[in-house]
Amino acid sequence: MVTVYDRKPAGTEAGLSRRDLLKRGGIGAMLVISGTAVLSPKHAWGLETTNLKPETMATLIQLARDIYPHDQLADKYYAIAVKGHDEQAGKDAAHKTLIEDGIADLDKRAGAGGYRGLGWEDDRVAILHAIETTPFFQAVRGGLVVSLYNQKEIWPVFGYEGESYSKGGYIERGFNDIEWL
Amino acid sequence: MAAPYDLNDDSVVVIIGSGAGGGTLGNELAQKGVDVVILEAGARIEHEDFINDEWDSFAQLAWLDNRTTGGGWRVHKDFPNLPAWIVKAVGGTTTHWAGASLRFQEHEFKDLTHYGKIEGANLLDWPITLVDLEPYYAKAEDKMGVTRTNGIEGLPGNNNFKILKAGADKLGYKDCHTGNMAINSADRDDRMSCQQTGFCFQGCKWGAKWSTLYTEIPKGEATGKLEVRPNSHVVKIEHDKTGKVTAVVYADKDGKLHSQKARIVAVAGNSIESPRLLLNSASSMFPDGLANSSGQVGKNYMRHTTGSVYAVFEKPVHFYRGTTMAGIIRDEAKHDPSRGFVGGYELETLALGVPFMAAFLDPGGWGRSFTSAMDQYANMAGLWIVGEDMPQEQNRVALHGELKDKYGMPIPDVSFTDHPNDIAMRNHAYKQGMALYAAVGATRSFPTPPYPSTHNLGTNRMSEKAQDGVVNKWGQTHDIKNLFVSDGSQFTTGAAENPTLTIVTLAIRQAEHIAGEMASGTI
Repeated sequence: MVTVYDRKPAGTEAGLSRRDLLKRGGIGAMLVISGTAVLSPKHAWGLETTNLKPETMATLIQLARDIYPHDQLADKYYAIAVKGHDEQAGKDAAHKTLIEDGIADLDKRAGAGGYRGLGWEDDRVAILHAIETTPFFQAVRGGLVVSLYNQKEIWPVFGYEGESYSKGGYIERGFNDIEWL
Repeated sequence: MAAPYDLNDDSVVVIIGSGAGGGTLGNELAQKGVDVVILEAGARIEHEDFINDEWDSFAQLAWLDNRTTGGGWRVHKDFPNLPAWIVKAVGGTTTHWAGASLRFQEHEFKDLTHYGKIEGANLLDWPITLVDLEPYYAKAEDKMGVTRTNGIEGLPGNNNFKILKAGADKLGYKDCHTGNMAINSADRDDRMSCQQTGFCFQGCKWGAKWSTLYTEIPKGEATGKLEVRPNSHVVKIEHDKTGKVTAVVYADKDGKLHSQKARIVAVAGNSIESPRLLLNSASSMFPDGLANSSGQVGKNYMRHTTGSVYAVFEKPVHFYRGTTMAGIIRDEAKHDPSRGFVGGYELETLALGVPFMAAFLDPGGWGRSFTSAMDQYANMAGLWIVGEDMPQEQNRVALHGELKDKYGMPIPDVSFTDHPNDIAMRNHAYKQGMALYAAVGATRSFPTPPYPSTHNLGTNRMSEKAQDGVVNKWGQTHDIKNLFVSDGSQFTTGAAENPTLTIVTLAIRQAEHIAGEMASGTI
């Protein structure tokens, strides 16, 4: 099971100084690996993995952002979007291999420091273009287009209001309010 | 009260499917005193239970049984197991449709005559004309409460329409308005008016948009002459030694098979399931499937030449607010070969929510080109292209060679490749759509590829001669006189218009014919 929680897992906080966080690295110093969890100290959330390596999950989160980069979306939404792979890896050994091997391949292609060590998006995206037809990339992208954009929490960021029936539709709420034409 | 009929009652008309064709036919027959059983593969979900959420609604309503695809269309690559976005529920795809209700143009019943022979196209004239259908179109428009007919006012235009209209004016288009929509602009027929909620594709929770689910079906049930059996998935039609159909075998929700006897069977399962059922009903007497002496069952699959154009503006549009299909431009619907193609197309506004925009804007797309478009979602306008596509024999619904459904029946494989005429038309429409939005200040636009088919047509086509098609001008199969087809698979050609109004029109006309034949004892 994967859980995303809005605070760090119990017991990890005391053991992690700011220096530890920086030393352990992550995406810049934004995401850190601790035990079986990926942590975002700045935004106070964590994602615990049970089937995939936490490093793999951290790279998946970066990969998700590189596939659908929205600078106004926090990492948390990408973490939620890819956490299903951990669950699926527990049920399906082939899926676990697909993800672990796919991430290992990304790291190998990136050279020393791995995929997350590449500072520029363009450098990471160049690698993704080389693998975009692989089953690994297709599985991650195909799932992500639903698991990212179907999060109601992000809809307001795009200016989408979602469900409207309970508010009586838009007949009194701006269906024809355009003024700039 | 709904009348429950016995499985051994061989006096009933059995209709397979409860959408635009089946639901309408069922009510029309019941109103004339004919006993009807409608077998519907999906569940009965009342309109209050529809969901204002694209993926949740898709899971609730869409036909998700496994299907395969082939051919050159991009749907085969992007959505290999979802050739069509249609509904499995009581009311069929009338729960999901947008409501556009346009009559065919006169020449569209006579394509072969007007377009001439087109290489690679299997064109044929319909055995009926616009004049034959006009009185029935009038009945259908009244029944469905189509705006701008019968003195019914047009719907108010939303933001997406206002942009379309401003662009149409700039391009010099003359025939642009908020459409002929089967959506109430005022209370009518015990249904309320449109609340501009959006989510037309997810089923209208107000019941303002016409659907057989809450019009034809309860009206038919109120006569005591119509029984709708939901969760009844038909697997086979049976016949006797004389070749007349006698019964319909279906699986109930637990997968248990039942056989409902019938005097007449009408197939209305949409253009993928209807030919599949006829093919799956093959017997020693009809080894190529029922009603297939012409070999045309499943052939000539049409899906309209579609595509979308979305465009981004400097300022907000909020195009998801209000009716999904909020307006139309008809100027390009004419047949004008000087444009480099035969037939024509309609331009109709369209909006998707964030989840479906992400899935359909550029299927498979990723990276900043894609996400910078999504970032401008609130500033988008959009339109959908609906044009006449060429019937081609190799575009077809066939039985899969190996894969079977849970009842052991071969699943359908849908193969489609654009005709060069389709491509020329789509490119013209993309160009016009992008020019239209540029004319009102779009900073970027997207020629978006076709979605999985919502208009599925032509796989049991109507023909004068038995050798050219599957059914005659009444939708009665050439081969078996008590077997009818009552959905869009009857269409000889697709025309430029959204098909539902014509399906309903044909069903009203067919009901009159069937009731007459039953009364005279001919069938």
